[in-house]
Amino acid sequence: MKGSEAIIESLKVAGVEVVFGLPGGMVIPLYDALYDSDLKHFLVRHEQGAAHMADGYARATGKTGVCIATSGPGATNLVTGIANAYMDSTPMVAITGQARSDLIGTDAFQEADITGITEPIVKHSYLIKNPNDISRIFKEAFYIASTGRPGPVLIDIPADMQLAEIDYKPAGKIDLPGYKPTLKGHKKQIISAAKAIAAAEKPVFYAGGGIITAGADKELLAIAKLMKIPVTTTLMGLGGFPEDNDLSLGMLGMHGTGYANYAVTHSDLLIGVGARFDDRVTGKLATFARHAKKIHIDMDPAEISKNIAIDIPIVGDARDVLAGILAELKKMKRDPKKTAQWLDQVIAWKKKHPLHYKDEKGSIMPQFVIEEVNRITKSNAILCTDVGQHQMWSALFYKHLKPRHWISSGGLGTMGFGFPAAIGAKVGCPDKTVIDIAGDGSFQMNIQELATAVCYDIPVVVCILNNGFLGMVRQWQELFWSKRYSETVISCQPDFAAVAEAYGALGMTITKKQDVGDAIRTAIKSKRPAVLDFRVKPEENVFPMVPAGKSIDEMIGGHKT
Amino acid sequence: MKHTLSVLVENKPGVLARVAGLFSRRGFNIDSLAVGITENPDVSRMTITVDAEEHPIEQVTKQLHKLINVIKITDLDAEKTVARELALLKVKSDAKTRAEVMQLAKIFRAQILDVSRKTITIEITGTFEKIDALEQLLQPHGVVEIVRTGRIAIERGEK
Ligand SMILES: Cc1ncc(C[n+]2csc(CCOP(=O)(O)OP(=O)(O)O)c2C)c(N)n1
Ligand SMILES: [Mg+2]
Repeated sequence: MKGSEAIIESLKVAGVEVVFGLPGGMVIPLYDALYDSDLKHFLVRHEQGAAHMADGYARATGKTGVCIATSGPGATNLVTGIANAYMDSTPMVAITGQARSDLIGTDAFQEADITGITEPIVKHSYLIKNPNDISRIFKEAFYIASTGRPGPVLIDIPADMQLAEIDYKPAGKIDLPGYKPTLKGHKKQIISAAKAIAAAEKPVFYAGGGIITAGADKELLAIAKLMKIPVTTTLMGLGGFPEDNDLSLGMLGMHGTGYANYAVTHSDLLIGVGARFDDRVTGKLATFARHAKKIHIDMDPAEISKNIAIDIPIVGDARDVLAGILAELKKMKRDPKKTAQWLDQVIAWKKKHPLHYKDEKGSIMPQFVIEEVNRITKSNAILCTDVGQHQMWSALFYKHLKPRHWISSGGLGTMGFGFPAAIGAKVGCPDKTVIDIAGDGSFQMNIQELATAVCYDIPVVVCILNNGFLGMVRQWQELFWSKRYSETVISCQPDFAAVAEAYGALGMTITKKQDVGDAIRTAIKSKRPAVLDFRVKPEENVFPMVPAGKSIDEMIGGHKT
Repeated sequence: MKHTLSVLVENKPGVLARVAGLFSRRGFNIDSLAVGITENPDVSRMTITVDAEEHPIEQVTKQLHKLINVIKITDLDAEKTVARELALLKVKSDAKTRAEVMQLAKIFRAQILDVSRKTITIEITGTFEKIDALEQLLQPHGVVEIVRTGRIAIERGEK
């Protein structure tokens, strides 16, 4: 068997069904082996697209996403996608071709030290130097990518390794002495957490992406209901708690809801689960949840007490730990009225600081488009986003009900992520309606993947909230830089609908509020890739907003006027 | 505060780069780093000295643990460890001062490795402080070059 065939075999052993990629000189042998296999390959138009598709596929399905690129420029084109997966802990295996092993280090044609380049942004990486290692390395790579705190693993494979004749042996048992993720939470800590929860009068759950990774949403809901604890989620945690539940506070942080930020600020117990106390969440650290005792449940020990001191740390799988806490709570004497006053306070905050926007006659408000998407899809679509204001409106004005239905670039904030991620999500979940809320700036960063969507007939609906600006940056300039709009006006905008049509997709331009709903319905019904260019109010802002460096209860625009 | 981290790693390509990269990325300066194989050829030991406060050192240790090839990390307790470093010093010295330099070396139980018309090369093993002390005493003669291995350390046996 050839090395390249061993790679395909190893992918099958790992349960891989689809891969996203684009060939080149140093992966011709691999693509030759792929030619005869039944793996489904999606040819992209730019390798960054392949990485984001693999990422979107992984987030929607929970499986490990796979992307392939050739050496040199192909590999470097993956870098943003790998960094994005790393920051958001997406399980991904990235395969790159490499110059022949005897040429490595000689600045050979299309040689790039991709293991070196990606070293800070991968969970692990391999450079294959012996073709007999292929099956073992692939097995390890998928195991590492998908277990513990997931993340991207890169496998760099010199061309001669793909060509070598080997005696293929399936990989044996995994032996990684330095990699032993802790799954089970410490019993004593679980009991302490349960006691603290039972004793709290003003508790709040602060749930992150770990809830979704661990599949811990049911356990979270069960504890919240049992103890009557309000729940706020991070951007990554959206869908981890149903927002139609009265206990939901929506998102917290820089663009969080007023009530979430007030609740966290005034809580006496903050229960962080699968979240990492990121600066976009905490604002000024010194004042974040300053009255609260803090419990932190996380898979990654390095996240605990990284930014903020934790009173009860629990390392482990969120689902396992929450199930343990739930069991303890059920055994305990509980006072069902304990949080009653607190919940009244939360309701009062919700009344006083609801999410809102001012409708403007003659304009399509961007928030309205999101509300329409929500209404028409009955909150049941997989919603992907790019990065900017439209992302925050999607987070705030869509009702997130289920895990793995919200796909957005959180940690890295990668413009251009949404559309390819949506394609990947649709590939993974063909029966779902997949909507990408895009910015007019962001969409142009991976617009070429329209070809991929059309070519493979992947009916993703792109809703561009076209404000003619790099809106989020413009908002900062408006609020903090005396409206000096330095390079945030996007002039020379293309006619997006025409571009879509030119690629063979459905294109529509929507300029009137009353046409918004019909356009969305038509696009979904068409079962074609579609681009809806909504000309929204150009200078609308995302509120509430916590200015940089402020406490999260010092929001601007959080009051209804 | 100075910490001596004893890090057991799998003897795999790229490990040194990963470990060193992690320190610089997290904003740490490595004072010294010594790597060598252990009694098990599949495992190497890195002895890393860094100057850092308690909280950041805990962070970097946790981050180090996340490297797949890192097996074990011990922040060695100075009281319970023996630490040594080896240094080679080339000192200016001619016929007039040779005896004095050699005398100093002798007091420090250092070895003379090489003598030339204008220099003497000395090998010294000891603690960081001992090497510093000898270096300072030799400074007036003129230290032409100094090469140090960086600290290695081992925990004392059980009492
Ligand atoms: C690749 C990349 N480049 C730059 C930025 C900085 N940035 C953050 S939001 C934003 C504006 C995005 O504009 P658009 O996609 O039109 O979205 P809007 O904010 O207008 O909704 C920019 C430039 C980024 N996040 N990613
Ligand atoms: Mg815009």
